[in-house]
Amino acid sequence: MTIKRVGILGAGKVGIVLAGLALDAGYEVRISGSGTVKKIDLIIKTLVPGAIASENRDVVENSDIILLAIPLSRYKNIDPQLLKGKLVIDAMNYWWETDGIREEVLEPDSTSSEQVQAYFKDTTIVKAFNHMGYHNLQEDARPKGNPKRKALFVTGDDHKAVDEVAHFVDTMGFDQVVHYNLADGIMTEPGSPLFGASLKYDELKHIIDHFNETEFGKQVAASQK
Amino acid sequence: MVDVNKLEFGIETFGDIVANEDGSLKSAAESIRQIIHEGEIADKYGINVIGVGEHHRPDYSVSSPETVLAAIASVTKQIKLATAVTVLSSDDPVRVYERFATLDGLSNGRAQVMLGRGSFTESFPLFGYDLTDYDDLFNEKLSLYDMLRTEKAVTWSGKFRPSLKNQEVYPKTENGELETYIGIGGSPESIIRAVRFGYKVIIAIIGGQADRFKPYIDLYHKAAKQLNMPEYPIAVHSHGFIADNEDEALEVAFKNIKANFDRIGLTRGWAPMSREQFDHETQVGSFYVGTPEVVANRIARTIDLLDLGRFDLVYGAGNQTAAQRERMIELYATKVIPRVKEILKAKEAAK
Ligand SMILES: NC(=O)c1ccc[n+]([C@@H]2O[C@H](COP(=O)([O-])OP(=O)(O)OC[C@H]3O[C@@H](n4cnc5c(N)ncnc54)[C@H](OP(=O)(O)O)[C@@H]3O)[C@@H](O)[C@H]2O)c1
Repeated sequence: MTIKRVGILGAGKVGIVLAGLALDAGYEVRISGSGTVKKIDLIIKTLVPGAIASENRDVVENSDIILLAIPLSRYKNIDPQLLKGKLVIDAMNYWWETDGIREEVLEPDSTSSEQVQAYFKDTTIVKAFNHMGYHNLQEDARPKGNPKRKALFVTGDDHKAVDEVAHFVDTMGFDQVVHYNLADGIMTEPGSPLFGASLKYDELKHIIDHFNETEFGKQVAASQK
Repeated sequence: MVDVNKLEFGIETFGDIVANEDGSLKSAAESIRQIIHEGEIADKYGINVIGVGEHHRPDYSVSSPETVLAAIASVTKQIKLATAVTVLSSDDPVRVYERFATLDGLSNGRAQVMLGRGSFTESFPLFGYDLTDYDDLFNEKLSLYDMLRTEKAVTWSGKFRPSLKNQEVYPKTENGELETYIGIGGSPESIIRAVRFGYKVIIAIIGGQADRFKPYIDLYHKAAKQLNMPEYPIAVHSHGFIADNEDEALEVAFKNIKANFDRIGLTRGWAPMSREQFDHETQVGSFYVGTPEVVANRIARTIDLLDLGRFDLVYGAGNQTAAQRERMIELYATKVIPRVKEILKAKEAAK
């Protein structure tokens, strides 16, 4: 599938940065918040002129790829039917300051993206764009081959979808370290040395490859026993 | 266009624990007394505002900033007394009004309210609030505060606080209105909210290039025009450290700001700050670190770029000694501020 139209659910800090990157990459961009167009119209017109402010349904129906950029505690406000059959990038993390207490948001025995996938069961979920702070996403995007280019971790269970998303990430201005296992999303969640870090390909790959040796990796391994 | 003669400069502290020369830490009580002394120094040198943060944590000494500001009021003449910030969502707007109106009275009208979320959230469980209600709490309490600010009898009801019926709240201020800012981070929605209430805006730029806030400031002005609300020059606050010697400034700042950010990061799951990140922040980002000349040039650039009316430097992050903190305030007041004005005036003349 060629991706021409990008839809972003969530018109907050990350959603707006991603909209800007997608516009720069030449995509047609639609974006929505939890409310009406009127609520975000001026914000979108001023911060990312060219992006179309809209509502969730319209965004989903008119996009080739969807980015979920809302607080994790809110994803169940979206009807799973709405995203049926779609390719969706999960840019969300569990973040206690906005999401509240973990047990109320997530089951203890699996990772956030697995739970998002279980909820949107007829949707293909790939995790990406979640581990870099929004201002780094905005400032550090670079064309391919630029020596300052940074990398993002892309992971999901569906091979073809992951490859498509990796290509999309490339067009958005980042190298990619790719895994084909959605559960590996945990490697970039809060607590990981990758969370909030902005790293080049080699550095990111090194930590991913040696994840089990990191403090966080050991904790994760211990809790899975 | 920046009006150099009206520009305001402030310092802000979060109430970090002060270090002794031997590296051991002073008590919270000693750290609080140090802030009073620093307020005095800042006033003596003509700094316009001092802001004191509200935190409820072991690594900060101040949970009750108005009390600290009241003590500063009693030893100063000119300086405005601000909170940086008052966590309105977990406070009672009636109490907020009362405390500030009292401070305003005893300081001859120098109180300045800065309302916001603050960079921490520990006040929520402490006072029995749910973090996920954050937005609703802030909106509701802001609406009540806004009515109280008129200093007339208030009739109000909401979800998080008992209703008020035709209730007067005291004391009234001499100016008839408390000067009020809303402190915001990176969320565009909070800009729109500040515009709706017609409050002044102070933006916390704690990381990354100031340049990325330019569109947000355009948004503020556009929204104010569209909603027909008052427009004020925007204020910005960022971290910094100034010393006579560049290497010393960088070394002290790296050690302390890193320690401070990493400690916060630990509870939030952020990776520790690398030297590369720190260098990026001091060169083109939002840490204003170095000799007075370096810092003045960087502040002047930000003020000009974002068309600001006020710049506040956050000082004392981590565990700095009293000497380091005091010298920084002195350099900021006597060298940096005049130099910033000079640079901006030269720029203006060249235009
Ligand atoms: N901040 C970062 O640096 C960063 C970096 C990478 C990933 N992330 C992740 O990205 C997500 C968003 O973070 P953020 O910082 O951008 O948060 P934010 O600034 O609070 O923005 C969240 C946005 O989501 C919208 N929203 C909420 N429920 C929605 C719904 N049902 N449908 C459509 N939109 C909805 C909100 O709209 P309303 O205001 O109308 O509710 C708001 O525009 C989080 O999961 C976060 O963990 C954050």
